[in-house]
Amino acid sequence: MSRTETSDFETLSETQLTRSERYRQLIDELVLAPARIVWHDWRARIAVVIISGFLFLGTVGVRLVDEPRTNQGDRLVGAFRTLEHPLGTTASGVDILSQITYATVPMLQMITAGAVFSVVMATAIGTTSGYKGGVVDRVLMTVTDVLLTIPGLPLVIVLAGVLPIGGNPYAIGVLLSINAWAGLARALRSQVLTLRDAEYVEASRIMGVSTPKILSADIIPNLMPYITMNFVQQARAVIFGSVGLYFLGILPYNRTNWGVMMSDAVRQAGATSSVAAFHWLLMPMLAVILLSMGLTLFAQSADRLFNPRVRARHAKTIGGDETDEVSS
Amino acid sequence: MSYVLKRTAQAIFTVFATISLTFALVRLLPGGPVDYLRAQMLQQGGDLTTEQINRRIEAQTNIAVDEPLYVQYFDYMASILTGDLGESTWYGDPVVDILGSAIPWTIFIMSVSLFLAFVIGISLGAFMAYREGSRFDVSSTVVALLLNSTPSYVVGLLALTFLAYRGGVFPTGGHYASGIDPGLSLEFLLSAAHHGALPILSMTVVAFGGWALDMRGNSIRVLGADYLHVARLRGLSERRIALRYVARNAILPMYTGLMIAIGTMFGGAVIIEEIFSYPGVGYYLISAIDQRDYPVMMGAFILITVAVVIGIYVADLTYGKLDPRAKRGESRESY
Repeated sequence: MSRTETSDFETLSETQLTRSERYRQLIDELVLAPARIVWHDWRARIAVVIISGFLFLGTVGVRLVDEPRTNQGDRLVGAFRTLEHPLGTTASGVDILSQITYATVPMLQMITAGAVFSVVMATAIGTTSGYKGGVVDRVLMTVTDVLLTIPGLPLVIVLAGVLPIGGNPYAIGVLLSINAWAGLARALRSQVLTLRDAEYVEASRIMGVSTPKILSADIIPNLMPYITMNFVQQARAVIFGSVGLYFLGILPYNRTNWGVMMSDAVRQAGATSSVAAFHWLLMPMLAVILLSMGLTLFAQSADRLFNPRVRARHAKTIGGDETDEVSS
Repeated sequence: MSYVLKRTAQAIFTVFATISLTFALVRLLPGGPVDYLRAQMLQQGGDLTTEQINRRIEAQTNIAVDEPLYVQYFDYMASILTGDLGESTWYGDPVVDILGSAIPWTIFIMSVSLFLAFVIGISLGAFMAYREGSRFDVSSTVVALLLNSTPSYVVGLLALTFLAYRGGVFPTGGHYASGIDPGLSLEFLLSAAHHGALPILSMTVVAFGGWALDMRGNSIRVLGADYLHVARLRGLSERRIALRYVARNAILPMYTGLMIAIGTMFGGAVIIEEIFSYPGVGYYLISAIDQRDYPVMMGAFILITVAVVIGIYVADLTYGKLDPRAKRGESRESY
């Protein structure tokens, strides 16, 4: 620290950072610290491995594996019998590994669309409602309560039966989340209620900062743990819902899907009663469980990411005076 | 306005909104159910006049297509509210008769599995919290997470494969064995339980893990609270502390989750009923979609929603009795 003769008000900063130092600090806080936290937690470590595995399958995997088509191999080859078809084949000789791989792409698209849609809707409606209060709040919450009560999957089934939706995975992801945002919007609203009268929010309001700015700068950052958790939970709900409805044959499709695979296995080869076809049913089931397990574990560990104390401990550029242990 | 009155108004409004939504879906959608029915009748009927076709459509959907839109809407609302859901295009019977015989079965498997999952989950979660950090706690957490990541229909299909087809322990479909008269006989009740066992099992197995994890988290939080130290210092019995102080305060926050579960369970029940050929409301909903039987489809949706609204309504009103803090302050300043 260098003491000069100027008054305290003229001093800009005790230490000046060069541009590269500032970038390094930013990267450390935003990228490396979260990465270190994630790697510190066993649940997160497994989650990251599983999720990136599926991302790999959906991006690089489709380039490595041949597209699924009939007569790629013999009919109903069991799983783990040949190296050519490690997961076996279907009744029409389609390689199951390639089906699983190619079905990952629309699944990831559906998950992203549904989770983004529900989180954006919930954040917009929940925060506005909680912050504004009055008539706005009452109207928005009445709509939210109605949507919260209407049973989601039956609603989706009816809409899919009536609306002329194509097989676009993004559209289906949004459809499956049509009322899923309501629960999160309610939860966010009650969080906002406790924040709207905090001193720093009050200060912004008195200074004449606009409502959208107060919401985005002062309120929403506090809600990030909630929002992330729900993003992941909704992603899981989209998997469950889409696979279930594809299994029932209700949703339209133009590419293969794990639910369609299960449906074909049961209807074409009687996989529930025939031993020879069981692997055809089992493989997509395992894919569903594995991916949602990865997402669940990620949600479980995500709250640590947003804990400022845990973050500070893992960021090297923030001083070394963090001595208090975080109970986990 | 009192809470009960307000809550009642909200429940009625939800039912009202749902019926309006189905009206919009049936009537306003280009190429929607009404257009579909008309096209189908023109194709099959041959010599039916427009007048006759309109009468048929009105009988099946409760919508008088030759009236102005607002009259159609009021007629539709009135007939649904008086319990007339139209006529099935597939079975030819009134929709109310078809679904009325199905809904008790759906509510049976749903409420039993919800109850079992809740009770098992809470007991397990409390026990996990009591033994926090032990091997039992860790392994239970792993199992709970795994079950929580499994959809009910996956468990259903596995149960069907191993316990029904290969094991032969349980039947593969139906409400009860054929040849038994439904009634309050022991034989009938046992048969109904036997047939309902796998659907109930499928929905229970995937749900109790989540309850257990919630209960574990809540209990651990309560176990560290100051009022427990006070209770111990006052010399209250361990039993009283466990039940009145820990359990009660840990369960209450989960009550909202229970209400939401009533709604989501119906989604699970729809798919499970289809897998086990269990003719509940969901089973008819799916087959109505396959056969484009729009009156049954809309009726099933309205019926499921009303059941959920009633379930949540009852849960909401009892919540106030359980937790005196649950009073809503609505006198907030508007910015």
